[in-house]
Amino acid sequence: MAKQLYWEDVKESDEITPLPKIATTRMLVKWAGASGDFNPLHYDEAFAASQGVGKPIVHGALKRQWLIQLMTDWLGKEGTLKKFSCRYRAMDYPRAMKTMFGETDGETWWCKGKVTKKYAEGDVHYVDCDIWLENGKGEVTTPGSATVILPSKG
Amino acid sequence: MLPEAVTKFIGASSGTTVFEVEKGAIKKFADAVDDPNPLYWDEEYARNSRYGSLIAPPGFFGWPVHLAKGQTFLRSAKQEVTESEKRGELTAELAKAGYPRNLDGGIEYEFFTPVRAGDILGGSSRIKDIIEKKGATGTLIFVITETTYTNQNGILVAQVRATAIFR
Repeated sequence: MAKQLYWEDVKESDEITPLPKIATTRMLVKWAGASGDFNPLHYDEAFAASQGVGKPIVHGALKRQWLIQLMTDWLGKEGTLKKFSCRYRAMDYPRAMKTMFGETDGETWWCKGKVTKKYAEGDVHYVDCDIWLENGKGEVTTPGSATVILPSKG
Repeated sequence: MLPEAVTKFIGASSGTTVFEVEKGAIKKFADAVDDPNPLYWDEEYARNSRYGSLIAPPGFFGWPVHLAKGQTFLRSAKQEVTESEKRGELTAELAKAGYPRNLDGGIEYEFFTPVRAGDILGGSSRIKDIIEKKGATGTLIFVITETTYTNQNGILVAQVRATAIFR
C-alpha cells in the first residue's frame, strides 16, 4: 500500500488518488455470491428487460464497494472511514467475457474524489470529500460523499 | 396518495438477525470487489496493525447465521408471518398499488467500531419512511430502511440508511 497519508498532508480541493475498475459479467457473479444479492436483475437477460433496465446491470452495492475502496486505499491503514454515502443515479452495464478470465474491450470506470473540507474536533482530525463513479463516457453514475479520520503529525 | 395498505408499514421493525463475520467470507467479499487491501487478506500484517486481526471492508457485516423469528434461509417450509416478514408483504402491497419494480437507490453509513474477523453482529432494521415523489418518468416510491449493527460486546458498529426505489 502507498505511504501513510496524514491530515497535515491534505488540503481542500485536493484530488483523491483515482481508482480504475472494470465491471464484467464474471465479477457480477462473484459479487452475487460474496454479497448474497441474488436478484436476477444482475444476471438474467429476460428478467432485466422485464424490469425496464434493458439488460443486466451492475449491482449498486458493488459500485458502493468500489467507492469505499477508493477511500480506504487513500486513507491507508492508520486512517478510518467514518461516514460514507452514495446514490445510484444511472445504470451501469458490465463488459461481457471473451475468455474464461478475460473480458471484451469496452469501458473502464473510474472512482474519483475531491477534498471539500478539513477540520478537527478535539484530537480527532476529519476530512470531508465528494466522491463519485464515472463511466467510460465520463458521466457520473454514482455520486456520493465521505468523511474520514486521518492520523495527525500532532 | 399511497394506500394505507402501504403506509401502515412505516415504523415496522424486523427483529434482530445475527451475522457471523467469517474470515473466508471477508476474503470472498474483498475478492469480488477486487480489493487487495492486506487488512482483509494478510493475517500477519493485520495482526501487527492497530486492529490486531483481519478486519472486514467497511460495508461488509458478515453472513446471517440466525435470522429474526419467522425467516429461514430455505423458504421451502411454510413460515409463520412475523414482523420480519413485513418487508415481503410491503413489496407485494406496492406491486398491487402499481409499483411492481424496484431498484437500489442508495445508501448512507456511519461507522463506529471496526468489524473484525470472528465478530458476531446483531442487525436490527426498521422501515423509517415511505415517500412518494413525482419524477420525469412518473411517480416513484422511496422506501427508507434504517439498520443498526451491534457487536458481541454490545458495542455499536454501524448505522445504515438504505433507499429502495419502487416504480
